[in-house]
Amino acid sequence: MLLVLEQGLNGLQYGVMLFLMAAGLTLVFGIMNLVNLAHGSLYMVGAYLATAFARWTGSFVLGALLALPATLLVGVVVEVIALRTLYERDHLDQVLATFGLILFFNELVAIVWGRAAIYTSLPLSLSGSFVLLPGLRYPTYRALVILVGVAAAVFLYVLVTSTRLGMLIRAGASNRTMVAALGVNIRRLYTLVFGLGAALAGLAGLMAGPIYAVQPGMGEQILIQVFVVIIIGGIGSIRGAVAGAMVVGMVDTLGRAFLRPTLSTIVSPAAADKAGPALASMLIYLMMAAVLFFRPQGLFPTRGR
Amino acid sequence: MAISRRAIVLAAGAVLLALVPPVAGLLNQPFYVDLFRRMMIFAIAALSLDLILGYGGMVSFGHAAYLGIGAYAVGIFAFYGVDNGFLQWSVAIAASAAAALVIGVISIRTSGVYFIMITLAFTQMLYYLGISLETYGGDNGMPLKTRSQFAGLVDLRNASAFYYVVLALLLLFLVLGRRLVAARFGMVIRSARSNEPRARAIGFSPFRYKLAAFVLAGGACGLAGALLANQTEYLTPDFMHWTRSGEIMFMVILGGMRTLFGPVLGAVVLLGLEDVLSALTEHWQIILGPFLVVVVLFAKRGLFGLVSRDG
Repeated sequence: MLLVLEQGLNGLQYGVMLFLMAAGLTLVFGIMNLVNLAHGSLYMVGAYLATAFARWTGSFVLGALLALPATLLVGVVVEVIALRTLYERDHLDQVLATFGLILFFNELVAIVWGRAAIYTSLPLSLSGSFVLLPGLRYPTYRALVILVGVAAAVFLYVLVTSTRLGMLIRAGASNRTMVAALGVNIRRLYTLVFGLGAALAGLAGLMAGPIYAVQPGMGEQILIQVFVVIIIGGIGSIRGAVAGAMVVGMVDTLGRAFLRPTLSTIVSPAAADKAGPALASMLIYLMMAAVLFFRPQGLFPTRGR
Repeated sequence: MAISRRAIVLAAGAVLLALVPPVAGLLNQPFYVDLFRRMMIFAIAALSLDLILGYGGMVSFGHAAYLGIGAYAVGIFAFYGVDNGFLQWSVAIAASAAAALVIGVISIRTSGVYFIMITLAFTQMLYYLGISLETYGGDNGMPLKTRSQFAGLVDLRNASAFYYVVLALLLLFLVLGRRLVAARFGMVIRSARSNEPRARAIGFSPFRYKLAAFVLAGGACGLAGALLANQTEYLTPDFMHWTRSGEIMFMVILGGMRTLFGPVLGAVVLLGLEDVLSALTEHWQIILGPFLVVVVLFAKRGLFGLVSRDG
């Protein structure tokens, strides 16, 4: 039972990271109508910058604090140079152009830091574990990731629902021509939103560093799972992103942990050993297919789109 | 009757491709037979994608899945010692078409950006399935024991013979594709792309036609996969990697969508460019990426649009 709880927390931790990615992607799509495959590259850039800054300053926390604005800056530069012209193009053009950006970023990172995976070491205060319940110790860092992720979600909620910027974001999503006609600098709003999405992806990336391997192409592994999140949740909706991220995070983590043992009680252990891992890695895609079959628009479709 | 520029370009292209093995033999550069055969195999994949992407308006970001299924069909048969090419290739086509049917039924009900993400996600699922097939090499893949055998009809171990088989198939697919898009079937798909409600209003059910096109394209790409397994004599889940889908899509755009011949040109140019660039530097993708962005932004009509303006 404690093991289930622990894996559940791991699922929550993964779900939180998926949410940070999905939120940026869905905001950018909802407002600028842009399919940005290069969102995963920003995640990767965030992870690499955090690692590099941490080595430079000798402090993990300082590295993370520097990497966040740096990723935001990279996002803004990419938006201004390459993506701005894509807003009016069709999705095919957007997909291909951002695919080109992915190739560029993966190779750039390989040139600067090499192709081998880099591992970040945590400071002592974060690398231990603490007693969560009697008999259950949980890693401090993973708990911190959950806390930061939830804080970011709350921040995003407050930003979108009760600030002036959030009002503009919501207005831009429903009718951008009208917003521009009312005298709002829509281009600057777009750049701002894109920067916000980039910072969220960078946050997910810099937190991923100590848990997963930092290597070229790491962004796309998570990106495709984020697509599953968005398909399940419904595109353009933050609420859907939260729900989808939690479902995918839990199903993926619990599936990897418990599918094989569960299967071995039904079929022979040898067969379970073979089928378990295969099925576990396919689980979220099968779930996506099931959701789509019954609700092609996702669980939380946005109105009027 | 005036001969169109397009016809001249095509005839010239076919003759040039047919001349590759003898010229490579004269220059003593057998590598080029290999390279151009690879280009033509990808050309078949790209032109099958053009059927659904260009004519059908279905932006499938998962075409590499069928390449992988076709390759695995050949590889798994060979693994168990069944090397009959007729059987291998038929199963490659049938299995890819069946996979396309399942993926199509689910994804064609949606459209736009959903369609892109769903096809991508399904391909990723198959990629992970390939990785978890430990019996067939897992993520390392496995060598193909023998190339497909055709009962003495043709010997694929002979580089030139294999080359001409691929060339013949490519030309066959070009002719079939051409007739298909000009036929009633093609008209319905094209009408569904430009205005689906109207197509429905005049009494067609676009869903079935689109699904049929999706399955046909999947089957054709499956054959390309069977050829690719014979070409590389190696089998790896990397055939289904999502970047491969992106590459095939780029071939279509680079050559020119909705032309069928364009994707062939796109495959030749892209793989040729990769060959040249990778000889220059290990980091050739840093040049290819921005090149892709520039092509999308400024040369939407594609190469074939440039050379045959009368189209």
